[in-house]
Amino acid sequence: MNILTLFLIVPVLTVIAILISRTKEQIRVSAAVGMGIQLIQSIYLIFAYLAERSRGNIDVMLFTKTWKWFESMNIQFSIGVDGISVSLIALTGIVIFTGVLTSWHVDYLTKEFFISLIVLSTGVFGFFISLDLFTMFLFFELAVIPMYLLIGIWGSGPKEYAAMKLTLMLMGASALLLVGILGLYVNSVQTGNPEFTFNIVDLSRIDLPIEVQRVFFPMVFVGFGVLGALFPFHTWSPDGHSSAPTAVSMLHAGVLMKMGGYGCLRVAMYLMPDAANEMGWIFIILTTISVVYGAFGAIVQKDLKYINAYSSVSHCGLVLFAILMSDKISSNGAVLQMISHGLMTALFFALIGMIYERTHTRDIRFMGGLMKVLPFLAVCYMIAGFASLGLPGLSGFIAEMNIFVGAFQHSETFYRVATVIVCSSIVITAVYILRVVAALLLGPIKNEEFNFLKDAVWFEKASTVILIIAIAGMGLAPLWLSELISESLNPIIQKLSLLNIY
Amino acid sequence: MIEGIGLEYFLILSTIVFFTGIYGFLTRKNLITILMSTELILNAVNINFVAFNKYLYPEKLEGQFFALFVIAIAATEVAVAIAIIISLYRRLKTIDVEKANEMKY
Amino acid sequence: MESFGYTVLIPVILFFSFIFIGLAGGKMNKYLSGIIGTVSLLTVTVLSYYTAYSYFFVYGKAGGVYQKIIPFQTEWLRFSEKLYIEMGVLLDPISVMMLVVISTVSLMVHIYSIGYMKEDMGYERFFSFLSLFTFSMTGLVIATNIFQTYVFWELVGVSSYLLIGHYYDRPSAVAASKKAFIVTRFADLGFLIGILILSNITGTFDFKILTDPDGSAITQGSSVAFMGLSVMTWALILVFMGCAGKSAMFPLHIWLPDAMEGPTPVSALIHAATMVVAGVYLVARLFPLYALSAPVALHLVGYVGAFTSLFAAAIACTQTDIKRILAFSTISQIGFMMLGLGVSGYGGENGLGFMASMFHLFNHAMFKALLFLCAGSIIHAVHNNDMNFTGGLRKFMPVTHITFLIACLAIAGIPPFSGFFSKDEILVAAFEHDKFLSVVMFAVAGLTAFYMFRLYFTVFWNKDTQYQKTPHESPKVMAYPLMFLAAASALTGFIPFGNYVTADGSAVETPFHWNVAVPAVAVSFAGILLAMKLYKKESDMPAKISSSLGELYKIVYKKFYIDEIYIFVTKNIIFKYISVPVAWFDRKVVDNTMNGIAALTNFVSVKIKSFQSGQLQQYAYVMVSGMIVLILIALYFMKTF
Repeated sequence: MNILTLFLIVPVLTVIAILISRTKEQIRVSAAVGMGIQLIQSIYLIFAYLAERSRGNIDVMLFTKTWKWFESMNIQFSIGVDGISVSLIALTGIVIFTGVLTSWHVDYLTKEFFISLIVLSTGVFGFFISLDLFTMFLFFELAVIPMYLLIGIWGSGPKEYAAMKLTLMLMGASALLLVGILGLYVNSVQTGNPEFTFNIVDLSRIDLPIEVQRVFFPMVFVGFGVLGALFPFHTWSPDGHSSAPTAVSMLHAGVLMKMGGYGCLRVAMYLMPDAANEMGWIFIILTTISVVYGAFGAIVQKDLKYINAYSSVSHCGLVLFAILMSDKISSNGAVLQMISHGLMTALFFALIGMIYERTHTRDIRFMGGLMKVLPFLAVCYMIAGFASLGLPGLSGFIAEMNIFVGAFQHSETFYRVATVIVCSSIVITAVYILRVVAALLLGPIKNEEFNFLKDAVWFEKASTVILIIAIAGMGLAPLWLSELISESLNPIIQKLSLLNIY
Repeated sequence: MIEGIGLEYFLILSTIVFFTGIYGFLTRKNLITILMSTELILNAVNINFVAFNKYLYPEKLEGQFFALFVIAIAATEVAVAIAIIISLYRRLKTIDVEKANEMKY
Repeated sequence: MESFGYTVLIPVILFFSFIFIGLAGGKMNKYLSGIIGTVSLLTVTVLSYYTAYSYFFVYGKAGGVYQKIIPFQTEWLRFSEKLYIEMGVLLDPISVMMLVVISTVSLMVHIYSIGYMKEDMGYERFFSFLSLFTFSMTGLVIATNIFQTYVFWELVGVSSYLLIGHYYDRPSAVAASKKAFIVTRFADLGFLIGILILSNITGTFDFKILTDPDGSAITQGSSVAFMGLSVMTWALILVFMGCAGKSAMFPLHIWLPDAMEGPTPVSALIHAATMVVAGVYLVARLFPLYALSAPVALHLVGYVGAFTSLFAAAIACTQTDIKRILAFSTISQIGFMMLGLGVSGYGGENGLGFMASMFHLFNHAMFKALLFLCAGSIIHAVHNNDMNFTGGLRKFMPVTHITFLIACLAIAGIPPFSGFFSKDEILVAAFEHDKFLSVVMFAVAGLTAFYMFRLYFTVFWNKDTQYQKTPHESPKVMAYPLMFLAAASALTGFIPFGNYVTADGSAVETPFHWNVAVPAVAVSFAGILLAMKLYKKESDMPAKISSSLGELYKIVYKKFYIDEIYIFVTKNIIFKYISVPVAWFDRKVVDNTMNGIAALTNFVSVKIKSFQSGQLQQYAYVMVSGMIVLILIALYFMKTF
């Protein structure tokens, strides 16, 4: 039994358990237990992976297993992981578990809510373990579709509009992506590969002609980039996040947006390195804009979730920026930034959800002084804020430093100027984070009713504490995680840098 | 081989029946008549199946199987269609096909 | 050879003290957290003193030169084979000296705070953040590489933010903490880019390699890059930008006066004695690079220091808030230290400025902490920050009075108090290096004496104010730290600093220049006498003088309108002309483009939906005719007619 298949079997069992549950309590407990198992095995997977590596296994992918699915078209169900996907699976495990905890008192259509949530997470897990572009795409869609229901039914505000917008933009992206993937497939018969294939490992051994890469690189990059909030295709993010229920915002910003970055790295950059080197500059400009623009956009927002959505645009822009630098240090930073942003943005959205449940507003103009009445949530919010502005000791710092140091290794002026511009985002980030912290938590209490608010209860505490431990753990002892990732980046970077000058 | 009668006679017959059915389908307003017209169309196809089978591949039987299939399906189809028409009649008090346009847009 | 391995305990103890008080502080007796913080700091102080003793007197020297010793180092984050961040302990004269300064002042502040913060709601929070700050500051000074410095640099920034905002329900404190963090963060951006450039040209973060005067790092990056300056010069100027932010050099000084919104012990610890000198410390740490590789950057340091010093001293003469006067005096004195570095050369006779600057840093930490703690004790007694509301306090608060006087004499540079020695050496170095700068610094010395004694006389002499509640001397727990620091301020001047703390580790001669010392003391005395004349008795002279100066006075009083310029830049330019348009652009242009595509799709579908008429026979008709057309086309192309 391959350990990776468990990641798909456990959710199915959980869904069955939820289906036969009678009371809401049973539904919640079975969802929490199922996702708890997912979390445990995703952490176990890290250790299993490290153990396998220390045993001297130097394959690109470990725990691989391939089943033929459509024999005639050579579509496989192929799974396997490397350091990057292992760490992102751990991230997903943490976020989905805490997401289930924070949605403990979803009362409306509880059963359907948890089922959709778990289907969504299955899509994400499946995406990260897939080695076959076809199944990867399948799981991608599986993750995107439940989002529509989750926002449209359990959301708030203009939820139908937001759900529709988000789904349509992501669908448009996946249309591009599908064309890109098929383009790779039909061109996969080259020297050394007699058969059409979707398999990433096989595809990576092929040198695609530059003309083919030129056509399909932008498609794949934009296709995944939309999910990673690439400017100017990011506008689903503010509306989607602000209407989505808490757990969905957490999963979406925390994990789904990471699928974009992961896809860009694994498919666009890895399989089409020549085009990446040739056309990278266009996307570097776009991502540089993303980073600064998102940060400036966040400064003047009034809705807590909008602030976070724009900050996600900025941070995820940093991920794509770092990937495009096609440098090992900065790519390492990109993966670290994905994990770090996933954790801290999940924490942010969880806290915003909890605060909103109490104050019934997300408008920072009507809030203030929450530190006095909700000390636990306020402290957690501050920690999330500090992680976001890159305080050493928390996760954001190491990711950003990897990105900046790596990006600055480029000797060309263009790259350096872009890096300096991107660096300036750390100041702007500080401005908006401190602004929102001051307006929300500090100062005198503006609303009399806030004096009677109750602080966090057990499941809220549990979910925030788990996230904070992960953030602080990553920030205090970054070495093992960064080694885990950087060793897996070697094949990708080798392919990219064969053509680079340095 | 049926002596003296060529394949084209069957085909002409089936074409006539087919287009009679099409004509009926397109012009009649009564749903029952439309249903009858579809039966004509199906039967035209049946004639074709059997005729082609007999003339082109006499040693095989697929065409006749298909004809039997079509007959069976036509029977079930009629059952379903009549049921639909009856419930339509209950709702609309008519079986005029032009009145049954609630599914537009 | 001793291993010095125990020095790693210094930050570790403080870190656990922070974590412990932070997590458990709310659940235990309020005062216990203060005790725990103080005890852990006491341990750290003992360790630091022991380290200093064994470093300076027993093991530190090899061949007459103080060595850089790295007793502990562990890899923290690896970028590439050459670039990695290590967390470690680097002992050399300046870091050991800083350990002594930090632990001493922090211990005093801890003890003082047990009394001062007694009534405060956030007692445990305060102590846990004090531990966090001290942890970060020690981590900063013992850093073995520039990235470790940056890590702790950010951490001291955030602990300063947290402590300035201690009274978080006051909007002014919140605004001040925000301002402090953002201004220093902006400066840190320069620092970060400086590090990036530096690491790029030298290929290392390690201080030992970077600052090795015979090493390769010094000669790297000397090619002209941009605007006639070399790469190295630019890197060091950017690093200095970070230093200027932390050390409140013009024009990044604006956060420091506002930072006085924090509790007074915090001002004493962070904004007078330790964190604000981090910039000086960093320049000193990278001194071989500045001195040998980029003299232009070093000149910049000197000139910025001198200008800031003069500028802040002028403002200090006009302020009336006790703590703000002290804040501007801090800026001015740090300017002195920067100038000292700026006029110094590397090693030998030329190294006098470096040594004097470090000496001044040491002395300043003692007397400025003392001044702030005295100010805290005054504020504690009269519950007001404004010096015009005080007067005649010498009768009520004898201990505070005497200690404050000692500190004032020290800062004014009156022998034999400590400030005299270090300031004199800085002036000597400046005099030998650059006559113009030394004239400026003489003026600053005079101004310093004037404004300090203006404060002293106004608070302790002047009119006999009627207080609502009779002011009382502070409790013993607050008085003892004052006495200790007063003793330190009086005596530390006699330490032969030149033997211990120098740029290249070997001893420096500190000749006594009568031609500098005598005029300096004379200028200081002149300042003191002027202050005495104007402020010892209640009179309307100061008001007359200020009104006769008119606009000039107003400009100085308004701190040269620097704050207003900043507010203009942030509020108007960044908010109004960048952020708001960006947000508008995003919603109206980018988003509406996306919505427009959706609307277009919708429009087209409305137009063609009438095909869907619901008429079964119409569909069938279209279908049949379509099919016939298709068949005909197919037949035509297949040419089988």
